[in-house]
Amino acid sequence: MRKIGPFLFLIILLFIGGITTAVLRHNALGIPFAPGDEQFIWQLEARIQFEADADASQVKLTLPPQQNGYEILSETTASSGFGYSIEDAEQRRAVWSKRGASGEQFLFYKLELRSDQSIVTTDIEPGAPTLPTWIEPFETAADQVIDTQLPQSADGPSLAQQIIRAMNTEPLDQNLALLLDQYEPAALLDQLLRTAGVQARQVQALALEDARRRQSLQRFVQVWDKDRWLLLDPLSGEVSRDRELYLWQTEAPSVMDVTGGSNSRVSFSMISQTRSALTVARENSDAFRLSLYSLPIAEQSMFKLIMLLPVGALVVVFMRLMVGIKTSGTFMPILIALAFLQTELIPGVTSLLLVVAIGLMIRSYLSDLNLLLVARIATLVILVIGIITVVSVLSYELGLIGGLTISFFPMIILAWTIERMSILWEEDGPREVLVQGGGSLLVSILAYLLMDVRLIEHLAFNFPELHLCVLAIVMLLGRYTGYRLMEFLRFSDFKQVLKD
Amino acid sequence: MNWISPFTLARHGILGMNKRNCAYIGRYNDRERFPLVDDKLKTKLICRKAGLNAPKLLHTVRSQHEIERIENELASMPTFVIKPAHGSGGKGILVITGRDGEDFVKSSGARITLDAVKRHMTNTLSGLHSLGGRPDVAIIETLVVANPIFDSYSHEGVPDIRLIVFQGYPIMGMLRLATKRSDGKANLHQGAVGVGLDIGTGRGVGAVQFNQPVTHHPDTGASLLELQVPNWHQLLVLAARCYEVTQLGYLGCDIVLDINRGPLLLELNARPGLSIQIANGAGLLPRLRLIEEQDNFYMSVEDRVAFSIEHFAVGDAALQPKLFTDSPQANVTADAT
Repeated sequence: MRKIGPFLFLIILLFIGGITTAVLRHNALGIPFAPGDEQFIWQLEARIQFEADADASQVKLTLPPQQNGYEILSETTASSGFGYSIEDAEQRRAVWSKRGASGEQFLFYKLELRSDQSIVTTDIEPGAPTLPTWIEPFETAADQVIDTQLPQSADGPSLAQQIIRAMNTEPLDQNLALLLDQYEPAALLDQLLRTAGVQARQVQALALEDARRRQSLQRFVQVWDKDRWLLLDPLSGEVSRDRELYLWQTEAPSVMDVTGGSNSRVSFSMISQTRSALTVARENSDAFRLSLYSLPIAEQSMFKLIMLLPVGALVVVFMRLMVGIKTSGTFMPILIALAFLQTELIPGVTSLLLVVAIGLMIRSYLSDLNLLLVARIATLVILVIGIITVVSVLSYELGLIGGLTISFFPMIILAWTIERMSILWEEDGPREVLVQGGGSLLVSILAYLLMDVRLIEHLAFNFPELHLCVLAIVMLLGRYTGYRLMEFLRFSDFKQVLKD
Repeated sequence: MNWISPFTLARHGILGMNKRNCAYIGRYNDRERFPLVDDKLKTKLICRKAGLNAPKLLHTVRSQHEIERIENELASMPTFVIKPAHGSGGKGILVITGRDGEDFVKSSGARITLDAVKRHMTNTLSGLHSLGGRPDVAIIETLVVANPIFDSYSHEGVPDIRLIVFQGYPIMGMLRLATKRSDGKANLHQGAVGVGLDIGTGRGVGAVQFNQPVTHHPDTGASLLELQVPNWHQLLVLAARCYEVTQLGYLGCDIVLDINRGPLLLELNARPGLSIQIANGAGLLPRLRLIEEQDNFYMSVEDRVAFSIEHFAVGDAALQPKLFTDSPQANVTADAT
């Protein structure tokens, strides 16, 4: 064996390096070690993409209004060579303009929100609704819908609820069916309400969910209810307070206008963070330049997961080398654990078992076909996608929203897992499948439980240097030559065999 | 659950998985020499070069089109064995013990057609029986005719002897006997019986099935402790010579006894398992350490075998009991870890 001295020195160096850097950063920048006394911050990023094709390009992006439950902490933009200003129309709008731009252009608008239910803004009463113009045969259909629903309602909000219910009942009223064919649900609801003389408007909002990328705005309808706007979802009725929706476009007629460009797109990324009030206050100083927070949000949400991987790797190394649990595929459990982070534990485990079980059944038929390996794996990948699609659709139809999260599972990994399990079954019997499958599941769950601890998530993301310590532990475990826990069981029969 | 304490394991010098991987395989087995033993074709060729006795290589099938006309080759072979070059744990081995008209007779007595034999080869080439499913080569070699001395000890299959060879010294041996439970396979975790062998004499010293001690073969009822492996000295020499051939310091040699040719090297393993310790009722560590303490690098094969017989024999008042009772200080001497 190589000398242990330099190795230990390296380990100690890594440990000291990791902890000292963390402590220094804690002292200098005031990043707290515990996630406790922190505020809930949303970072949103709107990413505008378009192809400039004229001498002068101008992009106008509607900016979100003041609203209940959220306070804007800061807003920044990033764009290369574009002039930037903010104009106040019905709603605030960001305006970027540039002469002589050509080709693909990217503009970013970054927004930091503090989420706090106690923030309340007052809404200004709107004027009389503008009557929409209908064309035949939709006008007649709209009139008939209003005529049937109006007598059953007391005021604007109740009429709106009434229409939403009618729009989502099977079988659909034939007038509504005709209208829904032509209009989007939100647009239709808005138009119907205004035709009936109710103060209503169509709005677009962003559903806030942690670590989502490339999201788009969703359409909702607001109805004036005595002294405030009531938000309605055309699919389900009144939107409850605990649904995290951030209104983006309310007064303005559109979200984005581009002149001198084509193929324009706006997409949103978001990430939730918990940072101390102190940190929030320091946010705009240069001290944070060298941290993960300086990355674009889409990348930050990636890193939030990536930074948890070493923790999972540590769990796998520990479970295999110290405990001696058999897993199918060395690091498959980490990827499964990452998927659990998105799906939550119970729905995750259920859907994982479901997919693997169905996959194994189909795979047993495949083994009769004698396919070559690569083709067999590819077949499994396609089948897994099929199973996931069917499970998603079925569970949605049955009203089990949890089933939708099944798509978070890494499909290629699942296909390989099924393949390995199936070979194991054929060669070593179902018992070994249970041992290894159970082992993998156990390790994934342990890794998930650890990665889900808020303190660990906080430390991993805010103090990436602590991963040097994880590295040191993993390397140290790599030199562990003692017995594994399971060997005390495996060799237990020595008691009877040993000749003392 | 029935646990054993780490202290008991350590006192008896039981080698654990981590220590095996790190301190023995990692240290004494050069990575670049692994293919020599992982590829049975390479093993065969190098053994032939070195003059080690092994089942004769009759033919190799490397590509699909060779299979089309394989009947011409097979015509001259009344009995043969087809193996994947990268198989493990006895997977994908087809043993043909005779002919019945156009058909082939398997070792179990079942008949299969020429097409079935060809399909087996196709599967082998496509990697069905190989580690990781890699495309593979099919090896056709001579059938081993088991020494009838084992007939009363084995349910089907040819019993094989696993010897752990450390730096050229055979240090522990085990005879693996197929049972009904193991379906004729000599795999311990499938239910084969492992009989620990005395390095000094080749006699059975203890036996286990599913890690439980047994004294008689579960199917034939023969007493396992009275068992004596013939040609023992020749067998030790064969195993010891594998070290020079492969340069692998920590090696598992699987040897079968052919009635006509004596000990034949079946395959080599660079990661031999740890169950051999249970069958022998003894740990590997004291023996490994004793070899590590030797500083004579130029011992001949015969000298090494003699050393092993002298020190690892069970009956003789050799080193084994002494090592167990040694005071800890005496153990540390030259070992400068």
